[in-house]
Amino acid sequence: MTAPAASARTLRILRPAILLLFVVLFLMPVYVLVVTSFKPLDEADPGSAWNLPGHWSVSGWRSAWETLRPGLENSVKIAVSGSLISAVLGSLNGYVLSKWRFPGADAVFALFLFGMFIPYQAIMIPLAGLLTDLELVGTIRGLVLAHVVYGIPICTLIFRNYYVTIPDQLIEAARVDGAGMLRTYWSIVLPVSAPAFAVTIIWQFTSMWNDFLFAVFLGAPDSWPVTVMLNNTAGSGAVAVQYNQQMAAALLASLPTLLVYLLLGRFFMRGLMAGALKG
Amino acid sequence: MTRRVPRRVRNWLPGLLLVSPSILAVGLFVYGLIFWNTREAVSGRHDEISPYRFDKGRNFVDLWDQPSWPGAVKHALLFTAVFVAGALLLGAFLAFLMDKGIRGEASFRVVYLFPMAVSFIASGVVWRWLMNPAPPERAVGLNQLFGELHLGALANGWWQDPEWGMAAMALPAIWQMSGYVMALYLAGFRGVPEELREAARVDGASEWKVYRHVVFPQLRPVTLSALIILGHISLKVFDLVMAIAGKQIITYVPAIATYVEVLDRHDPANGATIATYLLLAVALLVIPYLVWSVRAERTR
Repeated sequence: MTAPAASARTLRILRPAILLLFVVLFLMPVYVLVVTSFKPLDEADPGSAWNLPGHWSVSGWRSAWETLRPGLENSVKIAVSGSLISAVLGSLNGYVLSKWRFPGADAVFALFLFGMFIPYQAIMIPLAGLLTDLELVGTIRGLVLAHVVYGIPICTLIFRNYYVTIPDQLIEAARVDGAGMLRTYWSIVLPVSAPAFAVTIIWQFTSMWNDFLFAVFLGAPDSWPVTVMLNNTAGSGAVAVQYNQQMAAALLASLPTLLVYLLLGRFFMRGLMAGALKG
Repeated sequence: MTRRVPRRVRNWLPGLLLVSPSILAVGLFVYGLIFWNTREAVSGRHDEISPYRFDKGRNFVDLWDQPSWPGAVKHALLFTAVFVAGALLLGAFLAFLMDKGIRGEASFRVVYLFPMAVSFIASGVVWRWLMNPAPPERAVGLNQLFGELHLGALANGWWQDPEWGMAAMALPAIWQMSGYVMALYLAGFRGVPEELREAARVDGASEWKVYRHVVFPQLRPVTLSALIILGHISLKVFDLVMAIAGKQIITYVPAIATYVEVLDRHDPANGATIATYLLLAVALLVIPYLVWSVRAERTR
């Protein structure tokens, strides 16, 4: 046997082995989360984190649900309404910036894009002031407003890159037939937009659900989403931490986005790619 | 009688009108508030009641005398170096192993990518536990696992190490983002035309040389995208540190500093100054990249 053939064979065996090793490493935190969440309180001790539960119990899950429920409700309200509004805005913007361009459209798009990358700390202080003046600070509507506005760049980008693939002739033909901008959007563009809507809604839902920064600066106890509630269960040192409840809470807070990812991973991926500015 | 709008203008005006709410919103909420924040940074207002007093940018210098600030910058840079290098190398390595196709590829991808769907706040709960620095006799988490695998030498203080703590802090971030990098590279690998590889093979190149001279050079744009994306996430790191360490000085980073200055110390000038530094750092990274990608799109 020649040397390259031998090394090719080693590689054939080694490749799946290395990939599997990383699967184990990637799933390790999940293992600890799951087994601890199903332990009764007296078993949920850091010293035995790697052991399976001696006795399976859902008490951690029950108390996590009790603690997080208001936060889960707020997160649903914020993420569902916010992502829908974002998608509609993104679709209209993307349509105009790709098919109904005005002088300076490129400059507008570039200014939008930079808005995608800014650290939100750089607007947070005046934003809190502005929302206070509008009496929106500490409300769900205030959080939705912030998420929608700062989501405009990425949503516009996703739709614009998607609409660029619609042939210009289709739009021209509708124009020649006398259809105006909105008519063309309604009858030609919107009917083929479903995939872009899916990508945008999933992307926005995930980032709004997982947001922590806007929530701590602009939220208040009765509008706090699940991330803030979860972080508050971490304990201040005064109370002994109930590890089974905390791990169950972390899982519970992640379930919606995980389900979206598992069921609609295809679209999730495309959102990720859009984030990398790939058309 | 209405004045006639020129035909040319009639063609684009409706479009501009339709986008104008978003233009106004981005103009006000992004650029207007950035301006306002910068104004706050030079306001000399180190409490919430003082009047505005333009300080000629002195606070941008004074900040460096604050005991916690130079450390915050150092921590952010160390975190960025470890996180960006780690996620990039691991992501590229996984993609390289998967490039030729592997049985059950879809399942591998699902596992490597799922951490992206989880918030740092949630994953922080378990990482805080895994990276517990308790001493050997009471070791828990990863240190305990190392002990049981007879790798006790690997046990360490994780994020509580005063010198290298931020390198450990990068581990959960690598876990979270390397799947994303893997997906970017895998798309890049698969985008290299098979004819190119074949041509090199016909010329007698070994499989490694095909990668080295044909495939890797084609992946430069992917590497650049990944670098920029990881870099700007890294400079802004906030949730992860909050979830794992809270506001401790040992893991202080600029994003945490803004939070502490604004919400705990009620010092808007310092908060805004730090936020401006953060914006400048991200802008230095992102603007050249945006210019480059817009140009690349034009020439396509």
